[in-house]
Amino acid sequence: MIAFFIKRLAQAIVVMFVISIISFSIQDNLGDPLREMVGQSVSEAERQQLRDELGLNDPFLVQYGRFVKNALQGDLGTSYFFKEPALDVILAKLPATLELVFGASLIIITLSVPLGVYSAINPQSWFSKTVMGFSIVGISIPVFLTAIGLIYFFSIELGWMPSYGRGETVMLPWGWETGLFTADGLAHLVLPSVSLASIMLPLFIRLIRAEMMEVLQSEYVKFAWAKGLHSRRIYFLHALKNTMLPVITVGGVQIGTMVAYTILTETVFQWPGMGFLFLEAINRVDTPLIVAYLIVVGAIFVITNTIVDLIYGLVNPTVNLAGKK
Amino acid sequence: MNKTLSMLAGAALSLGLAAGVNAATLKMAYDADPVSLDPHEQLSGGTMQLSHMTFDPLVRWDKDLGFEPRLAEKWERIDDLTMRFYLRKGVTFHSGNPFTAKDVAFTFERLRQSPDFKGIFAPFSELKVIDDYTIELKTKKPFPLVLNNVTYLFPMDSEFYSGTDANGEPKDKLVKHGNSFASRQLSGTGPYTVAERQQGVRVEFERFGNYWDENSPGNVDEIILTPIKEAPTRVAALLSGDVDFIAPVPPTDHRRIEGNDKVNLITMSGTRIITFQMNQERVEAFKDARVRQAVAYAINQEGIVKKIMRGFATPAAQMSPEGYLGHNSALKPRYDLKKARELMKEAGYEDGFTISMMAPNNRYVNDEKIAQAVASMLAKINIKVDLKTMPKAQYWGEFDERAADMMMIGWHADTEDSNNFFEFLTACPDADTGLGQYNSGNYCNPEADKLMVEANTETDPQKRAEIMQTIEQMLYDDAAFIPLHWQNLAWAARKGVNVEPVLNVMNFPYMGDLVIEE
Repeated sequence: MIAFFIKRLAQAIVVMFVISIISFSIQDNLGDPLREMVGQSVSEAERQQLRDELGLNDPFLVQYGRFVKNALQGDLGTSYFFKEPALDVILAKLPATLELVFGASLIIITLSVPLGVYSAINPQSWFSKTVMGFSIVGISIPVFLTAIGLIYFFSIELGWMPSYGRGETVMLPWGWETGLFTADGLAHLVLPSVSLASIMLPLFIRLIRAEMMEVLQSEYVKFAWAKGLHSRRIYFLHALKNTMLPVITVGGVQIGTMVAYTILTETVFQWPGMGFLFLEAINRVDTPLIVAYLIVVGAIFVITNTIVDLIYGLVNPTVNLAGKK
Repeated sequence: MNKTLSMLAGAALSLGLAAGVNAATLKMAYDADPVSLDPHEQLSGGTMQLSHMTFDPLVRWDKDLGFEPRLAEKWERIDDLTMRFYLRKGVTFHSGNPFTAKDVAFTFERLRQSPDFKGIFAPFSELKVIDDYTIELKTKKPFPLVLNNVTYLFPMDSEFYSGTDANGEPKDKLVKHGNSFASRQLSGTGPYTVAERQQGVRVEFERFGNYWDENSPGNVDEIILTPIKEAPTRVAALLSGDVDFIAPVPPTDHRRIEGNDKVNLITMSGTRIITFQMNQERVEAFKDARVRQAVAYAINQEGIVKKIMRGFATPAAQMSPEGYLGHNSALKPRYDLKKARELMKEAGYEDGFTISMMAPNNRYVNDEKIAQAVASMLAKINIKVDLKTMPKAQYWGEFDERAADMMMIGWHADTEDSNNFFEFLTACPDADTGLGQYNSGNYCNPEADKLMVEANTETDPQKRAEIMQTIEQMLYDDAAFIPLHWQNLAWAARKGVNVEPVLNVMNFPYMGDLVIEE
């Protein structure tokens, strides 16, 4: 276990290093941050002077060296727009994004398992066919279109749901701003969660269904039937448990991807989270914020994958985390 | 337990009281929120909108582009170089400090340090304080635009901004990219104070109790500004009743809003001109005036406005919009394909040539589609266009490098004056004077340049108008650039929110005067 952690940590450091180089080197191609900072009629000489002050005219290695030196002390630069340390800005937006991902995950987990299992057991029933049909539609509609459609029906036409934002939030003692404890905040969470879930839900239903069907064909399930076990025990204990292994792997990777999808969902719903922040930062050429975001998201990927590997070990004891001894 | 109860009772009581006073709250959504609370950090629409809510200028534009006295009650010209302003008495800042001439002097000096605003205040040589309520502005040369430029002078509370902050930095320090005192708090004389601000999420404004303008009809006690970047979401928020007022409204949604009986759409012909410039240094053919004219004849401005802008723009044949001194009403769009082909033939380019074109895709309304339309119009006179569009963040770098043969640029004159267009877009490029900074076509007409200089010192409006209209005519005859249209402006509000009287063509609504009818 400890060996596994050390190995993972070393991997994580390499990954973060590579991300930092890549994100730092693309920043020159994102545009000129000065353009967003000054008005249209400011002279070129004036701009050059500001660029000098910001250190943007230094050679790449000098800039990168300065960045790494500061980054090792936990300083990922100061956002041009927010005028605050980029990491603080991102961490302040993290709760909003995590709550959105949490809402979507809740929808995915509570719906995908029963629906996937049901349609695997009764592949010919009309209900399974409807579910499969909907999942095809869901997977092929882009998430922003789903989002706009939801706003149109539930906010404008029916007027049931708020159309944008996070609503009323409460500050928890440890600095986590949450919308989960107010009715208004929860109402604001519904539509964004549904649209974020709309892409992943069909994927998981199909994955669980396919895996389950395969498991149901296996020798040990047939043996269990022959043994006369209760069908509930066969489906939910023997079959489902083995179905979940690949689902967990895919799920772990997809949670990372979901962070990426939040960019679209958050932008449409004006959800004040990290994804929205990132898109804005790109529009404003707020390079310190862009670099910091990429590093934070990279870290989230590394962490979720590590957790997935750990869970994997728990579900399936035959997996040896630290490799063969 | 008892304490909790009494607190609850107190809260209930204050809620009841608040409801009794009939407090009007306005929830509004713009596409962006102000970058900073420092009014001198960036010269942009967002800053101007904020300044008009929390500060007051010496004079401001009225709806017909005339001047309305604000913190300056009246003014008079003393001589060719001097204008005297009499300041309003009994005005207090949000901090409680009284407003006097020293605040104006303080603000004037600070403006001259600001990279963004120093250009506007460059023609002035000094600000002289005569007494507490009288100042004189002196210019280096006779200068016709004193009042235009003074609309940018929003007196700041000199006492509030003096001393040092917690980091030991002077409070009035102007920082472009850092955490300064002035970028986080403000004290002006305006109708609203900033009660709370979460950058990029919301700004809450509260009516300033000691606001000097007691004649202002405004009855809005609280304004909550939420930036909503995505246009469809912004429109949805209005239609679902989550906000009361939005801007801008994209052309695609106009019909939907007009068809809804709970909201009003207000549009206005704008002053931002969209143009294409033809680079004479990169393309030999563009040196020939006939080829440029051919291009001008080949572009169907009315078609673009009708088909792409859905009528939400005014076709242009010059840069100055109506209402500007330089607007030459004789100039009309000249779409004539036959004439264009003839001119190409005359110039010896019957078989055409290939050029590159660049345009932004998120800067102006429908910019990418406009560029595509222009490209296909040019194909009809055998000019093959290799079009590349990109986000504005990348585009401006390319523009500075003059990276394509034809480039799109839109312009709004900060001074609301025609000469600003000429100086930035068509004057012979000169790195030392900064003239022609955005003239990517390298068009150069010394005669027109001479007239621009003349217009800069001519204080008789009649004569100035003549000079600037002559310049427009010269640029038109020479086809110095391709004007397309002036972008219109659009706002939408819930019925009962009477925004129309406070809107203006500069797009800084005077929110202090806004009335909400119940």
